[in-house]
Amino acid sequence: MSQKPHIDRESGRHLFKQMLRIRRFEAKCAELYQAQKIRGFLHLYDGEEAVALGVMQALEDRDAVVATYRDHGHAIARGLPMATLMAEMYGKMEGCSRGRGGSMHFFDRARRFYGGNAIVGGGLPLAIGIAMADKQLRPGAVTACFFGEGAAGEGAFHESINLAELWDLPVLFVCENNLYAMGMPLELAEAETNISRKAAAYRTPNEAVDGMNPIAVEAAARRAVDSIRGGNGPYFLECRTYRFRAHSMFDAQLYRTREEIELWKERDPLPRMQKWLEETHMLSPQELRGIEADVEAEIGKAVAFAEQGQWEKIEELERFVLVDEVPE
Amino acid sequence: MKELAANASTNRMTYREACRQAIREALIDDPRTLLMGEDVGLYGGCYAVSKGLLAEFGPQRIRDTPLAEATFVGAGIGAAMAGLRPIVEIMTCNFSLLALDQIMNNAATIPHMSGGQFAVPLVIRMATGAGRQLAAQHSHSLEGWFAHIPGLKVLAPGTIEDARFMLKAALADPNPVIIFEHIVLYNAEGDLDPDVTSVDIAKARIRRHGRDISILTYGNSLPKSLAAAEVLAAEGIEAEVVDLRVLRPLDNATLFESVARTRRCIVVDEGWKSGSISAEIAARLSEDQFFELDAPIRRICSREIPVPYAAHMEEAALPQTPQIVDAARSLVKPR
Repeated sequence: MSQKPHIDRESGRHLFKQMLRIRRFEAKCAELYQAQKIRGFLHLYDGEEAVALGVMQALEDRDAVVATYRDHGHAIARGLPMATLMAEMYGKMEGCSRGRGGSMHFFDRARRFYGGNAIVGGGLPLAIGIAMADKQLRPGAVTACFFGEGAAGEGAFHESINLAELWDLPVLFVCENNLYAMGMPLELAEAETNISRKAAAYRTPNEAVDGMNPIAVEAAARRAVDSIRGGNGPYFLECRTYRFRAHSMFDAQLYRTREEIELWKERDPLPRMQKWLEETHMLSPQELRGIEADVEAEIGKAVAFAEQGQWEKIEELERFVLVDEVPE
Repeated sequence: MKELAANASTNRMTYREACRQAIREALIDDPRTLLMGEDVGLYGGCYAVSKGLLAEFGPQRIRDTPLAEATFVGAGIGAAMAGLRPIVEIMTCNFSLLALDQIMNNAATIPHMSGGQFAVPLVIRMATGAGRQLAAQHSHSLEGWFAHIPGLKVLAPGTIEDARFMLKAALADPNPVIIFEHIVLYNAEGDLDPDVTSVDIAKARIRRHGRDISILTYGNSLPKSLAAAEVLAAEGIEAEVVDLRVLRPLDNATLFESVARTRRCIVVDEGWKSGSISAEIAARLSEDQFFELDAPIRRICSREIPVPYAAHMEEAALPQTPQIVDAARSLVKPR
């Protein structure tokens, strides 16, 4: 059985550092996008760190993850090395997908990271299948499937929850409800804006949790994972969160107000966590500087790794369109 | 395996029975294999292909799914990525459109986009074609569309032997393979050669040799083309009938060799002509075999309409033997 989260000096600093790694990584990505080192679509995770981190805290190595196109936070929290992520966005063959996927399509077989999927709702059916295989081949393993609230508009969302419940599959559905499907406000898209009630309609155990609080997310994720490993079928977690940055790098944000963004920033998990750690004397100014220095160094190394990476040979363009064998 | 051997001793069987035996053999041979789809269990399959398999293998391996094509196909993809060897049945190719996103964006894309980290060793079977008065929404021939997609292999068994053995080869392949079974062929009967226990899924096959003209075809147009060759033979025209079998990747070598020898060619395809597999074949022949041809390439395809219900109208919409005969006559004995 998983344990309830117990926040002590070590675990508190761990949570803070992990969120800081994601936040600073995203800042570097934005900078490198401006410098045209990173191209294509780039979707940043600022504001939603507590969701990926809280959920991953409850997972083990044997578990599987299906991510979305906003997958940097999922990947970092799952333990994919920043260097291979950065190299991927540089389009280098040392990247976690050999430079074929870019920002939206991080993959890592060793860490059971089944990819950032750029079709909204497209990952849910995959999670159903992975859980089917796990139930037969790796009993006890859980598949965590991330998607935004926009996915609730897709048929695959409903079909997948129904099937997972019907077949008692070990799937943890994680809805990152950030209130906007690109620019479409939830209340204009859904007749029922309470997303977890949709899961309830399929008799799937569910709860909505404060997605701006990593401790709350972790506690809920542990309850969910315990329930799933206990053989009770899937679990649906709606994490109510907010994206601080634009949808992508091409977004004038006409659909929301600056005031709304500022209001949500008051709930930013990073300064809140930092303040709490400082007030409870679990983080000294010196320790904070140490953590920040570690994170900056890690990002610096990741950028250097990406810069030094190699371009895949054009002769390899067709490699893996068809494969010769199933990788072990 | 004893029972299989007993069944195999009956060499005359229908295409439907050949499909059923292929699935049964796959389930016996590999515990990672399962059959999943609409009405494959209790109902026994829309075309009765999986009749009896639920009783034999149980509901874990013969899985009836809700009417949710996108999700049960996507689940097949995920299961294949995570170690199973699923066979997903889409009742008819007409419903495959509801799962096209999963097939194209996930199955066909992930192996390449993940840099080779993940494979999708999945088999999707679906019924295709017209000829049973099912009207437009149940009469499409979409195999040409799927043959457009890099990352897939597309098979079209036109014989009892291929219906019986293509599945095994498809399951052994590490890539996503789609098998199109023609609805009119399920009742076709034929004899299996007892010495044949496997087929390749790479090559086209010459089903009738001839020196005067090559008829390139597949699926239910194969028996129509063979019938045409019979008529033509009586008139002294020796037509060669080439069964494409594999629509992606196309076996250029066999097609080119045949056409270079006969110097004349008809492509017969139940799909619509515009943007079809017949268009692809004609283009390849013009690109590579232009100077070997003594006559223009002819194509016989379905009329470009939604296939109608009324029998005489449906018959007129599809490629038929007399058209193939006429086309051959016009090419071999030009006026």
